[in-house]
Order: sequence, then structure tokens, then C-alpha cells
Amino acid sequence: MTHWRLGTVLPILTLLAACGGGNEFDAGSAITASGPIGGDSGTELAEVQVLHWGNAADPQTLDPHRGEGVPGSNVQRDLFEGLVNEAPDGELIPGAAASWEISADGETYTFKLRPDARWSNGDDVVAEDFVYSLRRSLDPATLSRYTFILNPILNATDIASGERPITDLGVRALDEYTLEIRLENATPYFLGLLTHSASYPVHRASIEAHGEQHTRPGNLVSNGAFQLKDWVVQSHVQLVRNPYYWDNDKTILDEVFFHNTEDKSAEIRRYRADELDITYDSLAKRQLPWLRENLPDELVIAPYLGSYYYGFNVTQPPFKDEPELRRALALAIDRDIITQQVITAGEISSYGWVPPVNGYVGQQMREASWTQAEREEEARRLYALAGYSDDNPLVTEIMYNTEEDHKRIALAISAMWKQVLGVAASILNQEWKVFLDTRNQMIDTQVYRAGWIGDYNDAFTFAELFQSGGGLNNTGYASEEYDEFLRLAAVEGDLLRRAEYLQRAEAVLLDDLPILPIYFYVTSKLVKPWVGGLSSNIMDHNRSKDYYILKH
Amino acid sequence: MLRYSVRRLLGAIPTLLILVALAFFMIRVAPGGPFDSEKVLLPEIEANLRAAYHLDEPLYQQFGRYLGGLLQGDFGPSFQYRDYDVTELIMAGFPVSLRLGGFAMIFALLVGVTAGSIAALRQNTRTDYTVMSVSMTGISIPNFVMAPMLILFFAVYLGWLPAGGLGDGSPRNLVLPVIALALPQIAYISRLTRGSMIEILRSNFIRTARAQGLPERTILIRHALKPALLPVVSYLGPATAAIITGSVVIEQIFSLPGLGRFFVQGALNRDYTLVMGVVVFYGVLIILFNLLVDLAYAWLDPKVKYS
Repeated sequence: MTHWRLGTVLPILTLLAACGGGNEFDAGSAITASGPIGGDSGTELAEVQVLHWGNAADPQTLDPHRGEGVPGSNVQRDLFEGLVNEAPDGELIPGAAASWEISADGETYTFKLRPDARWSNGDDVVAEDFVYSLRRSLDPATLSRYTFILNPILNATDIASGERPITDLGVRALDEYTLEIRLENATPYFLGLLTHSASYPVHRASIEAHGEQHTRPGNLVSNGAFQLKDWVVQSHVQLVRNPYYWDNDKTILDEVFFHNTEDKSAEIRRYRADELDITYDSLAKRQLPWLRENLPDELVIAPYLGSYYYGFNVTQPPFKDEPELRRALALAIDRDIITQQVITAGEISSYGWVPPVNGYVGQQMREASWTQAEREEEARRLYALAGYSDDNPLVTEIMYNTEEDHKRIALAISAMWKQVLGVAASILNQEWKVFLDTRNQMIDTQVYRAGWIGDYNDAFTFAELFQSGGGLNNTGYASEEYDEFLRLAAVEGDLLRRAEYLQRAEAVLLDDLPILPIYFYVTSKLVKPWVGGLSSNIMDHNRSKDYYILKH
Repeated sequence: MLRYSVRRLLGAIPTLLILVALAFFMIRVAPGGPFDSEKVLLPEIEANLRAAYHLDEPLYQQFGRYLGGLLQGDFGPSFQYRDYDVTELIMAGFPVSLRLGGFAMIFALLVGVTAGSIAALRQNTRTDYTVMSVSMTGISIPNFVMAPMLILFFAVYLGWLPAGGLGDGSPRNLVLPVIALALPQIAYISRLTRGSMIEILRSNFIRTARAQGLPERTILIRHALKPALLPVVSYLGPATAAIITGSVVIEQIFSLPGLGRFFVQGALNRDYTLVMGVVVFYGVLIILFNLLVDLAYAWLDPKVKYS
């Protein structure tokens, strides 16, 4: 029916092949800046003050007490303001509260609210709003997943589990603008928790009027620098300036968009087409070399409060009661090759569990200061000690959730184990929810990939993960010594001594090695040169009110 | 005709029931659940959540509850988008997918039929070969390759069109997605049209028409085109299905908030109700469309009669 002539087909194929390496187009020509960024002075503002964030996914909800996930928190951070706020560098600064006092025993906090703080409908923000909100946040009927953030407050744990009425919460309004919060024990990181969405105030009248629909555009009343204008699910959330915000004079942006950018390649294309000003917190690692070469000034890398590791299932052979074997595997991998050649965003090779956090000295495996050759030598010794050899190699399986970067790391690690020790490690991936299920059962897993991003800037958010029987302790690790140090730390009021307990706990963990630390996270983003006010903090908490757009 | 339609619609009910049941039980059999995440829930809170979504009831009871809701047009609340009902999400996503799919279909038909007819008329000429090789390329290149290439060229490199998203809702945002979605269909349709047109042009009644001295234009448009379109029309059913599945990919690449994305994200998040809602909705849509195609067939081909 059809007669092919090679001559017609070939040019088309050649043309297509030429376009195939699509990334090779010159990005520079896509940026059509008219004149120098920021005008002649370099600080002139653009006339249109609109910022477009790439925000990965849609918020699950805009209700701060019911939300989960970073994308939702990012939007809520602009909509709401807790008692305490964060400066761009992460330092705690007054938020809805102008000031506070902490009692000598560290158990009672008294907040003075700002008399000029307003909701986006003009209502005053008063102490009763916080009493209502903190109770609501813990009320089992709210279905919050983050009640543990408020655990330090008196009776919070019992209220969250439904054992006490919400009115028993240790929070009360002393007068219209004075709020008192009593704690179970002195909790040095408590102020930091008040920047978390679980502690944001919500507007009682509109929740009572609209019920489940109170987060809809037109219904949502918030107290932050911005208010909700529109939300197209799977597309974007649009915020506009809240004229009633107490610090509105200092807000420069008029509108903020949070775009759904679930597809990382699509996100970079949209960024290059000037549709996004800032991309989400992690770029596809595969794209980094190209970006480094072509958009070096727009690639922003910063440390992030996260730890990437492999967990050993210590409840099953071959890793049960085999600390030498686990140590051998931990020593056999060359972390610098992983961070410098496999993923390359600038991640930090880690020999410990807790990334750098406030007031804490991170512990390291004792071999951290050795050379890699020494480590490999020791790895071989321990491997032989555990009874394995070339004739009788360890056969194991690395399990990870389906993602390209995890796969590359798993391949590299299994190759290193093979090369140094002769271990036969296969790799297996599972889709995220299946993976969570499998690793939680602790039956089929031997070595699994994991990562943990801290919920707040304190070592405890990492330390608690490996408590015996902890919900995320999928290694099955149970150490009385470790648990005891955590218990001591939890009730210790003295900051230095508390840090010491946690450090000793980490040292115990690194002796037993139920985990194999790999690297500490960094964020990697593309930021347009005309975005002003950019700064970074370890939690990657950004507030649009600190940003502006330069003339371009 | 009316009786035939009613009978077909009644016959679709068991099909739909099987579809609903399969989808309902399959997604629940999949490992992992809607509330699994790296944050561990207090047992009391997880129990509350499960109760709020009736997941604590036995499966058959949940199924009954779901069917009951369906009869009232209620798809239930979304697990992932806690502020929305599935019905609302479908109503928000469908217009986007409809515009994308509808335009792609119209575009594919216009271009495909025209190109196919031209190729048939100029059979074995340079024009024919060009059209057919382009269409072969169109069939061979999957749209997840074609779409990023279109974006790089027209959005990033030339800056003529947006790279993704709906923007302010202007038609500009749909140009690239529509083209990317329509290209494989254009290819199929043009090849189908060409084949059947060649056959028709050789048939007796066309030769008779030529012998009567009718102008070539009349022969083509009035006599040849209608029968030549029959295979294309019967392809419209599969084409709709292809456009729907294709839109799942295209919506992802172009960040369009259509139903296809709800489907994919819903499955990944184990958003039981959302996945079910989209499956049922698409099921109804495909059944209706197949019926329309069969009715159009009867109109085009006098030999086909439904009674």
C-alpha cells in the first residue's frame, strides 16, 4: 500500500535526532531581560511585584491543623503567622506575639500579643484566638497528624489521644492580649515549635460558619502577610497581600503564586521559559551538570536539615546481632564518590546521624577521620571476622523507593560492596506507598533506603527516630542505653547537659550501627537573577514577605 | 434507533457495575494505604481518620456505601485533597481535559482527513510520500518524547508559547498540548483515510460518476468522502480512548490541571475515592462515546440499520 523511499525518511530522522538531545538548546537566548537587573542602581524594584514559586505538589489542605507535607506548609507559612516567626536566616523573631517571658523553671511562657495584629477580614487577633486554635489543633476530631509538635504543652498528649477534654490544655488567655502557655517540662526548643503550622491560629468565626469549606477562596480568613485569592487544584494557589497585616508596610510583593510542579523536568522547562521565578527545593540530579554549565549563577545550593541513610533490618538475618558485619558495610562505601560523582548537588558525606543543628555537636563514626583505604582495610577485616569470604560471600538486597537518584546511589553502593568485600547485593525498587508498607513490616527488608528531614531545628527530631519500638524505627533497633539517654534528655532543663545526653545517645547509635549514614541533604534550586531578598536557612523555611522582584 | 439506544444504555449498566467493582477492590488490594506516610500517626488518630472515611467498616459494607453514593451522584470526599469532594475535583478537572481532548480530536480529524485525502489523490507522488513518512514518524514518536521537544523549541528556545500550566486560561496555553496530543492521531487518521480513499476511488460507483462526467470536486466531496470516512469513524472509539490515555501523559508534561493528572496522582496517593471517581466517570464517557460512534455509522452507511 505504501511505497517507502529512503530519501524522504532519512532527513526527517536526522532532524529528529538532532532535536533529541533537547537540552542542548541555548538557554541564554530565552532570557529576554531588557537592560540590567535592578535598573542602573541595581536595587530598583520592578513595577509588577508578583512571585512564582515552584511548589512540587498541591497542598493537601490549607487548614494548618490538618495539613501534612512541605508544599502545604510553604503556602500556610505565607497565609498564617504563629506567635513566633522566623527571620530569613532562620533566627526566631516575634510574630503575632510582640514579646514573651519565660519563667525561671522554663515551664511557663507568657506571650504579649501585638495590639495591631489583624485577621485578613479586619478582626483583631486576640489571645482567645490562640486558646481556641491550640485546642483545636490537638482535638482528636480535627484529625491532625502533627499533634506531636504540641506535645510539650501541659496535657497535650492526653488530649490528642482523647483521654482528657480539650479544655484541660495548659493554655489560657490572661487578658485580651496576654496568653499563657504551661509546659509539661522545660522544653528548650519550644519557641521553635511555635513556628510550625500545628500552632498557627485559625479564625474561629469563619470555621464555625463554613465548616469543612472554611479553606476555600472567599472563606479563608488568615492572619499572615498574604491572603488566599484562588486555588486551582493541580495547577496553582494564588495569594494576594493582606492589607490588614500588622507589618503590611514592609511587604513588597503584591501577589504570590505557588505552582504545582510535580514533574521535575517540566519544572525546569517552565523555569527556563520564565514562568517560574524559583524552583522547588530539589532539582533532578541528572540535570545538575547541564545546569551548572549553562545557568551557573542561577543555581542555588544550601545545607538542609536532612540525613540520607540506609537502614539495616536488625530483627532478621543476616544483620541480626551482627554489628561487625554492619560496620564492615558502612566502612566499605566511599561516601565522597557518592556525593561528588553520583549525585553532585553538594551533599555532605556523613559519618553520623544528626546533621548540623542548633546547640549540638554532631557525633561521628570513629573511623570518620581515617583515609578511605584504612576504612576499606578495616571493612575487610570485620567482614572476615563475621565469617564471610570470597567463597562464602554475603548475599543481600538493597530496597529503595522508585526514583532515579535513589537507584543511582543503590547501584553505586552495591558496586562498592562488591569491589571491596565481594558482597553480592541485588537492588530492588518499590513504589513509595508499597515501600513504606514493606519496610514497616521488617520481614522482607534487609537493607533499605531512607531519609529524614527534621521537623524542627533540634537534634531531638532525629534522635527520637531510633527509640525502641518507635513508629519509624524500621531497623527494629532496640537499645536500653540509647532509650535511657533520650529519656534523660527529654526532662533535662539545662541546655548543655541535654545536648550532652543526646550526643551520647548518638554515639551509642554509631557504635551499634543499625543504620549506615550516607550524606546530609542540601537544597538545590534555580532562582531568577531578579529575585531579591533571597536567603537560606537550614529548615528551608521561606516567607514571601521577605522577597521582592527587581527591575528586569 | 431510539429503542436501540435505550437498549445499549441498559446493557451498559452491568458493564459499569463490573468496572466499579473491579476498580473498588483492586485499589484496596494494592499495598499501602491513603494514610501511610513517613510521619507516624498516633493509633487513636489513625483510628479516627479511618472512621471518618468509613475504612473501619467491612469491605462489602464500604462497597455498598459507595454504590449508594454513586446512585446519588456522590463520589465521596477525596483522601488527598482534604478540602474537596471528588465530585468537585472531577468538575474542576473535566473541562480542562475536555477542551484539551476535544480540540485535539477536531484538529486530528481536520488535518488527518485532509492529509490522507491529498495523499490518496496524489498516490505514489512526492506529496504522498512526504505525507506518509511524516505520519509514520508521528506514529513512531511517543508523545512523551514529542511534547518536551515541542516545549523546548517553541517555549524555551523561541519563547512563542507557554511551557506549561493554564496561565490566565487563554487558548495560547493549549496550543502545544493539543498539537502534542493530536499528532499520533493525525498520523493514524491520515493513513486510514488514504487507504480507504484509494479503495473507494477505484470502486465502480466512482467510475460510474466519472463516466457521467461529474466534476472531480463533486465526485470527491459528495460521493467519495462519505464512504471513505467509515473506517475513520469506527476508529473514533479507540481514538477517544487513546486521547484520554494520552492526556494523562500530556497533562503531566504540560502541568495542566485535568482529570488525567488527578488519576495518576490519585493512584500514587492511594486516594481511593478520587481514582474510583475518575474511573467511573471515564467509563461512562467511553460507553456513551462508543454509542455515538455506532449511531454515526448508521447515518453514514445506508447498509447499517439498527432496530
